[in-house]
Amino acid sequence: MSPLFGPLAGLGRSTLALLGAVGRVAIYAGSATSHILRPPFYPRELLRQLLHIGWLSLPVVGLTAFFTGGALALQIYAGGARFNAEAVVPQIVAIGIVRELGPVLGGLMVAGRVAAAIAAEIGTMKVTEQIDALVTLSTNPLKYLAVPRILAATISLPILVAVGDAIGVFGGYLVSTSRLGFNAAAYLQNTVDFLQPWDVTSGLIKGAVFGFLVALMGCYHGMNSGRGAQGVGRATTNAVVSASILILASNYLLTELFFTA
Amino acid sequence: MIALSDVHKAFGAKQVLRGLTLQVAKGESCVIIGGSGTGKSVCLKCILGLVTPDRGTITVDGQSVTTRDRDAFLARFGMLFQGGALFDSMPVWQNVAFRLLRGAQKRPKAEAREIAIEKLRRVGLMPDVAELYPSELSGGMQKRVGLARAIAAEPEIIFFDEPTTGLDPIMSGVINDLIREIVTEMGATAVTITHDMSSVRAIADKVAMLHDGTIRWHGPAAEIDTAEDPYLRQFVTGSAEGPIEAVR
Repeated sequence: MSPLFGPLAGLGRSTLALLGAVGRVAIYAGSATSHILRPPFYPRELLRQLLHIGWLSLPVVGLTAFFTGGALALQIYAGGARFNAEAVVPQIVAIGIVRELGPVLGGLMVAGRVAAAIAAEIGTMKVTEQIDALVTLSTNPLKYLAVPRILAATISLPILVAVGDAIGVFGGYLVSTSRLGFNAAAYLQNTVDFLQPWDVTSGLIKGAVFGFLVALMGCYHGMNSGRGAQGVGRATTNAVVSASILILASNYLLTELFFTA
Repeated sequence: MIALSDVHKAFGAKQVLRGLTLQVAKGESCVIIGGSGTGKSVCLKCILGLVTPDRGTITVDGQSVTTRDRDAFLARFGMLFQGGALFDSMPVWQNVAFRLLRGAQKRPKAEAREIAIEKLRRVGLMPDVAELYPSELSGGMQKRVGLARAIAAEPEIIFFDEPTTGLDPIMSGVINDLIREIVTEMGATAVTITHDMSSVRAIADKVAMLHDGTIRWHGPAAEIDTAEDPYLRQFVTGSAEGPIEAVR
């Protein structure tokens, strides 16, 4: 083969590998989704995952939202001052948090915490033959391990986003009233008057989609983990990276769908 | 009866099984021996359907292992994994009673717990172990819990994957004796893979030696010391000299 074709062949191989990976993830996602509605169900596992994924992520999401809300208020105030628009701080903080930063930052923080944990746990189960043991005990690993995690993350993330939205707006309120001289009652009134139900709902829908993606990536990479500590480590990294990229990409697509269509 | 006929399996360019043919009669304890990487574990996983052979047929009592009713098929088996493969998110008794807590063999929780404790007692563990987590157990105890889990649902066929690996000689002897007793008591068909000759002598009715992806020798356990096959001789005596390359 001519050396000129070398890079072209490499590009072709990479493209085929990428398409293959996309196909495998799509099949895995379809299979996991189809199992959500088919028995047997594992409600105890679901409750355990709701606790792990939802409840235990609350501090991380809450702190992220609080500081983001505060920083956003300072930035909007400083930027708005350039054209005498400091008064829009409550509105921009609210819309910025509930439409974009709440779901996206919440999703990314949960991706870091949950996708990594799921991939590491399932990957370790794979290399220690616990997945094979599940099969020999007549239990479908996809149904027993993946479905409760995916369902729990899809349910938890919108709730986390809702709580994060409230904390984020509160962070902006606290900074605006204590540092920027805003009137507390007027700030809250402006926020409530400005927000539309769809602003909040669109953020919660994004949260559900991000939750699904985070758990899906954790389960997929865990199940396909290589051997040994290195294999599990790589699966964990891949889970976090792919979940984060998918969150950002799907956020753009959903924003396009919700607000420009 | 478990029957493997002309089974081939490759992983990428590496051909692991090259026409494996073996029959294990009902109620028989067959031990498959062979060096590391000769395909012993792959053979067991093919029978269980965890790995799909590239070619050949595997049947259990005439029924293909590719049967559509996998749950009913797998309910006939119990397996002790090399590292125990205990679920570290649940206590010991739930590991042992796993099959009894869900699926077709589901029992009330209290009954499942009682059976688990009885099985733990059968493998020489005290009831207070039931509430511990696998990470709190020694290697020998984990093997016993794995054994209790394998027999919890009274399977017809039990597989033992390297049951004594990583154990001291005394604990190995205890596990070997337990396996022999339990298999005899239950009248189960047993297939064990090992390279521990003390296990072979304690557990086997029949021995099959796997080498280069095929059965190199098979016969009654009593004949392993007198058989003239040079591969078997080298393996049994543990000699570095012989037809089996020491560096593979």
